[in-house]
Amino acid sequence: MRMLSGWGRFPKVECRVIRARNQEDVRQAVLEAPLIARGNGRAYGDAALNPGLTLDMTGMDRMRSFENGVLVAEAGVLLGDIIQAFLPRGWFPMVTPGTKLVSLGGAIAADVHGKNHHIDGSFRSCVDWIDLMGPDGTVTRTKPGEALFDWTLGGMGLTGVILRAQIRLRRVETSWIVQESEALTSLTDTIAAFEGAMDAPYSVAWINCSAGKTHGHSILLKGRHALPHDLPMDRTEFDLGRPGKTPVPFGLPFLFKGTALRTINSLYWRLQRRKAGRAVVDWDSYFYPLDGLANWNKLYGRHGFVQFQCALPRDTAEAGLAEIMEAIAASDQGSVLSVLKRFGSQSGPFSFPMEGYTLAMDFPANKRSLALMERLDTITLAHNGRFYLAKDARMPKAVAQADPRAADFAEMRKQAGLAERFTSVQSRRLGL
Amino acid sequence: MSRPILILGAASDMARAVARSFAAEGHPIQLAARNVSRLDEDASDLRTRFGVEVTVHEFDALATDSHKAFVEALPTLPAVAVCAVGTMGTQAESEADPLAAAQVMRANFEGPASILAHLANAMEARGAGTLVGISSVAGDRGRASNYVYGSAKAGFTAFLSGLRNRLAKKGVHVVTVLPGFVNTAMLEGISTPAPLTAEPEEVGAAIVKAVKRNTNVIYTRPIWRIVMAVIRNIPEPVFKKTSI
Repeated sequence: MRMLSGWGRFPKVECRVIRARNQEDVRQAVLEAPLIARGNGRAYGDAALNPGLTLDMTGMDRMRSFENGVLVAEAGVLLGDIIQAFLPRGWFPMVTPGTKLVSLGGAIAADVHGKNHHIDGSFRSCVDWIDLMGPDGTVTRTKPGEALFDWTLGGMGLTGVILRAQIRLRRVETSWIVQESEALTSLTDTIAAFEGAMDAPYSVAWINCSAGKTHGHSILLKGRHALPHDLPMDRTEFDLGRPGKTPVPFGLPFLFKGTALRTINSLYWRLQRRKAGRAVVDWDSYFYPLDGLANWNKLYGRHGFVQFQCALPRDTAEAGLAEIMEAIAASDQGSVLSVLKRFGSQSGPFSFPMEGYTLAMDFPANKRSLALMERLDTITLAHNGRFYLAKDARMPKAVAQADPRAADFAEMRKQAGLAERFTSVQSRRLGL
Repeated sequence: MSRPILILGAASDMARAVARSFAAEGHPIQLAARNVSRLDEDASDLRTRFGVEVTVHEFDALATDSHKAFVEALPTLPAVAVCAVGTMGTQAESEADPLAAAQVMRANFEGPASILAHLANAMEARGAGTLVGISSVAGDRGRASNYVYGSAKAGFTAFLSGLRNRLAKKGVHVVTVLPGFVNTAMLEGISTPAPLTAEPEEVGAAIVKAVKRNTNVIYTRPIWRIVMAVIRNIPEPVFKKTSI
């Protein structure tokens, strides 16, 4: 038995853990007890926790073949390993979330999205096939166009154990990113700027959700892969670097409320405004700014933190986001580094992204935050929004079930005999 | 950087990590273990990840009469040979059945010593090379909880020390690795204190560094050097009453 939690360190659950090193290990585990597969534990909440049996897939992290950008790898391989191996040869993941420490299996299960969702869609758009172990221990290779494939992308590991997959990488000519940043002073301006940036390959904004003079101020970051001629003379085209990780020595929960938080957010905005404009930045700090802090999840102290991430349809997004930001300001809870992103169209039956906007925030795990998040649930639902299961740790069942797709997913799981084999704390909480 | 590295007992978690650390530096890798088919997935991983040449070789540490032929059949005499062969067995089984104990001793001492002896002779004749033996802190002092395993590792540690002494003037270096607790299959289900428990990748990186620097003895987490110094120096009348 081991005490496990997601990246938010909330909730913590005592789980029996078995580590799989090959397909036979997985088969034995699947036949032994109901379970959930777990990758590198980067989902924030309880999606990869199951007390009866949690199957640790990090021992299955082999790359099997690579040719012309097409990679076959086991589920436990991390995106960071893929980058380390292939960026020097001119290849980069087609879609990447904000951490490179996710496993391939986890990226598929959560159908992660990146800063390029409005152009390239979610992770599914680079997956050619998945080998999935079903409830009876047999392995099925599922491909785009098949129902099982569709449900598996975004299915949170509840359709079977993802063993390996074939994905396509993107050709890049350098390891650098040309970044354009812009400081904006209101939500309306930020949304207008996003709408004007639809052809930027990557875009994301940091937005200040704590009230005060700089409430609603944002920094919009647009990016594209640099070409050799974009680089200053002294830079090599592929510089992977191996920056050390700075450990966080202790929790600093007092920084995450009230005046301290408002001050940090407004200082950050002013600092970024000064640096606004064009810059050539390295791939690691552009895509994965927080990975440099080895355990930033400990900053919130021992109780951990909870992420809230919702998506709102394009036509209701501005009104909905304004209400959410007002509710946060009124609660005085605040959030550091609230991240806003424009989504492109929806592509899977159970994946999170939808045409519109997504806002991600983290809050310390305490009663007041949880109460605030219930308020945010109501606002999101009133604006026809939905929630990201990879970030969720606390949604009530009724909220999850307000998304009509949840009932379809649960019905499919029941029909296919998946429900009794693949189960997590989250799936039981949400009735999936 | 194209000198081959031989990994003996290549199917273990620790051996996999060691192979990756060397392959990341561009070295061709020779993987050797029983049931060579088990190595195919790891071999393709090393080729795919690092673009290095990998060969796989059937090797049984307990079949000591095959060791000479094994070394002669290698396509190239490696620059570095890492012996990760070993098994913990269980102390209870070893106590109840001395034949089981003998198997643990053979797998941790006789087999590893035999194969390294053959490689040592070949490297001595060439006048260059590095031998790496993965022993254990359990060999630093016999304890009630695992003295069968510990005594075999103690023998192996002494063997490596003697080999290093003999070959020092012959251009061949010997590294003794004392990993302490490592988060591998061997320790699965046993809870160990986090500050004393290394990841296999740390062991891999430490070995590559030790080979480059010609270090003699490494404890992969330095704190173990202190822990074991304390344990070694507890007077026997006191020690026999403890259960460490």
